[in-house]
Amino acid sequence: MPGRELLSENLEAATRGAVLCRGLGRSYGDSSLPARLEDKVVGTQLANRILAFDAETGVLRAEAGFCLAELNRLFMPRGFFSPVTPGTKFVTLGGMVASDVHGKNHHVAGCFGAHVRALRMRLADESLVECSPTEHTDLFYGTIGGMGLLGHILEVEVTLQRIPSPWVWMESERVGDIDAYMDGLSRAAPTWPMTMGWIDCLHRGRNMGRGILMAGRWATVEEAGSEPPRTARDKTFPIDLPNWALNSFTARAFNTAYYHRQLQRHVTKLVSPDPFFYPLDAILHWNRAYGSRGFTQYQCVLPRAAGAPAVREFMERLTKLGGASPLCVIKDCGPEGKGVLSFPLEGTSIAVDMAVSPALQGIVDSLNEFVIATGGRIYLTKDSFTRPEHFRAMEPRLPSFLALREKWDPKRRLRSAQSVRLFGDRA
Amino acid sequence: MKAIVFGGTTGMGRAIAQRLAERGDAVFLLSIDQEDLARSAADLKARHPQQADLGYAVCNLEEPQGFAAALDAADAALGNFDTVIVTAALFASQEALEADIELTRRLLTVNYANTVVFCEHVRKRLLARGGGHLAVFSSVAGDRGRKPVMIYGSSKAGLSVYLEALDHKYHEAGLHVLCVKPGFVKTGMTAGLKPPPFAGEPEGVAKDVIRALDRGTPLIYAPRIWRLVMLVIRHLPRFVMRKIAF
Ligand SMILES: Cc1cc2nc3c(=O)[nH]c(=O)nc-3n(C[C@H](O)[C@H](O)[C@H](O)COP(=O)(O)OP(=O)(O)OC[C@H]3O[C@@H](n4cnc5c(N)ncnc54)[C@H](O)[C@@H]3O)c2cc1C
Ligand SMILES: NC(=O)c1ccc[n+]([C@@H]2O[C@H](COP(=O)([O-])OP(=O)(O)OC[C@H]3O[C@@H](n4cnc5c(N)ncnc54)[C@H](OP(=O)(O)O)[C@@H]3O)[C@@H](O)[C@H]2O)c1
Repeated sequence: MPGRELLSENLEAATRGAVLCRGLGRSYGDSSLPARLEDKVVGTQLANRILAFDAETGVLRAEAGFCLAELNRLFMPRGFFSPVTPGTKFVTLGGMVASDVHGKNHHVAGCFGAHVRALRMRLADESLVECSPTEHTDLFYGTIGGMGLLGHILEVEVTLQRIPSPWVWMESERVGDIDAYMDGLSRAAPTWPMTMGWIDCLHRGRNMGRGILMAGRWATVEEAGSEPPRTARDKTFPIDLPNWALNSFTARAFNTAYYHRQLQRHVTKLVSPDPFFYPLDAILHWNRAYGSRGFTQYQCVLPRAAGAPAVREFMERLTKLGGASPLCVIKDCGPEGKGVLSFPLEGTSIAVDMAVSPALQGIVDSLNEFVIATGGRIYLTKDSFTRPEHFRAMEPRLPSFLALREKWDPKRRLRSAQSVRLFGDRA
Repeated sequence: MKAIVFGGTTGMGRAIAQRLAERGDAVFLLSIDQEDLARSAADLKARHPQQADLGYAVCNLEEPQGFAAALDAADAALGNFDTVIVTAALFASQEALEADIELTRRLLTVNYANTVVFCEHVRKRLLARGGGHLAVFSSVAGDRGRKPVMIYGSSKAGLSVYLEALDHKYHEAGLHVLCVKPGFVKTGMTAGLKPPPFAGEPEGVAKDVIRALDRGTPLIYAPRIWRLVMLVIRHLPRFVMRKIAF
């Protein structure tokens, strides 16, 4: 990684003179990388103290480096869980706010930012402020999903979700093609608070988009029994992914084998939260240098108005272009939240791993052109290849965000490799 | 155990305080900054809600006149402590130290003179109550004069020798002295330095230190492999030490 990353328990002191914060670096893109080698970037992961927790209301206040894995480990036994969780638990509160992360429950719970009550920040002019839905409102909503560009987040206050048991009741269904998948997603949404699934994007033609659709909800006390879940990987869980993403031949074989292994079309079972929410962590943990293997991710959302045909067309374009790894996660999103640059909008989110190769820029360009045509947009946290003109075309909200930067950081002190690439900041 | 952790708000000190609290030992934090201490105490409380015995007081290694009051506060809160762990220390690169003589003076005073003075206060109190544990963080940097840690290493060498003799002299009387020599551990102190092979994590060190406290071990390297590494380095001849950068 270029630049020097300063790790400190004391964020308030460390962020003085810093141009960017970095959490656990789980974003795939260049948003947590410095624009220049000499830029001071503060790594927040040591600043992870819990400052207050109210067991009545579930309101937690902690330093920005507090890790989601810790949050779950400490608060699940006390009957609470993060209101929104991304597909990895190795992220920080600051990173969850800056990317305004979404989870399997987006259609009912919105993004993480919707549950944040207050932020304490260090701004570009070095002042310290508290912002919330009632105090410095514009700063608050600009910071949610703002990729760290309006100020350094020092503390986060968030309301945790009360859970009836530490187990998840899950149903999964094998579906034959992309249309059945989309249909299943929309049927599951009204009754299940958590939905997602993956499809096999290697097979073309009739079987394109066959996959597994999953829906879940927290199990009731009666369903769960008294045994606490194991935090280690639950071997009985269907998604027991090997590191197949490296090779498209093994991937194809794996997908086929996996698809047929789930012989019953329909599976219902009680699972522990780790394999349900974080199936990929088991791989990524020992394969931490995800980027160094030459993979990146592409994620976009296509608006509901464009409908299921747009999703099918996107998938067709993707398979035709090649370069995609077999894992493609498709999830429906609920209404857009209040974060000025937050990613989700009502529609369908598609996330796909891609090998970094000379062809990648062309693939991303082609996908982005399609996304622009449908009125969709990309997820900044996963992006490092989108062109600025494409970004402007898909982001009618960009002027509002730039106005906030003008107000809170007129000199553009805060910047990242991504802000140089997409917002034209000086390098 | 009723333990004082001097430096318990950061790095290895914090990891030790967490681990002690987790197993139900009473913990009292000492550090420079009141607000920082309050935050660390809140964190310990939130992570270990069942833990009742928790307190803190300001103590600065640059202000030895405050040592007695800080120890009084700990005694009052814990009802006579029986264990003291000192991780607090200053670190600066050899480059920075050679450029700044005042920094050199401060570092030597904090890491050696005042740390020994602090330990002397602790020694008297523990011996008066029939013994106890005193664990102090020195460093592998004190094991051999080396170019990149010429000044910092010498402060730790002095400290190690003091701790060794303290053990020789007062072991019989019930004072358990533990000298901890970390190799390279990933904390705020070493952030920005490139981790060498055998770099350790603070949680691993905390585990080893608490085990050594329970067993009465007088000296540990952390991670343990550094004992071997230093055995080799201590035996390198002068002409080699003059040549290499390490
Ligand atoms: C396997 C995997 C699955 C994922 N699944 C999902 C998913 O389902 N949904 C989803 O939304 N995301 C998902 N992500 C992306 C991930 O949740 C986000 O990228 C998240 O922001 C990473 O958090 P981090 O702490 O690692 O932040 P980093 O990656 O270090 O930083 C991300 C951004 O946050 C900023 N930032 C971090 N800390 C601060 C701070 N204290 N103050 C200001 N700015 C800060 C950085 O500058 C950067 O712009 C996934 C990632 C992986 C690897
Ligand atoms: N990390 C390593 O690789 C390594 C290797 C060999 C030896 N060591 C030794 O291990 C011990 C713990 O270090 P660490 O790695 O855990 O680093 P750390 O987190 O930086 O711990 C050092 C602590 O000392 C405190 N301190 C500094 N000056 C002080 C003063 N005048 N009075 C009181 N406290 C003061 C610091 O407080 P602030 O943060 O407020 O400044 C900090 O809390 C130290 O003795 C260090 O020399 C570490």
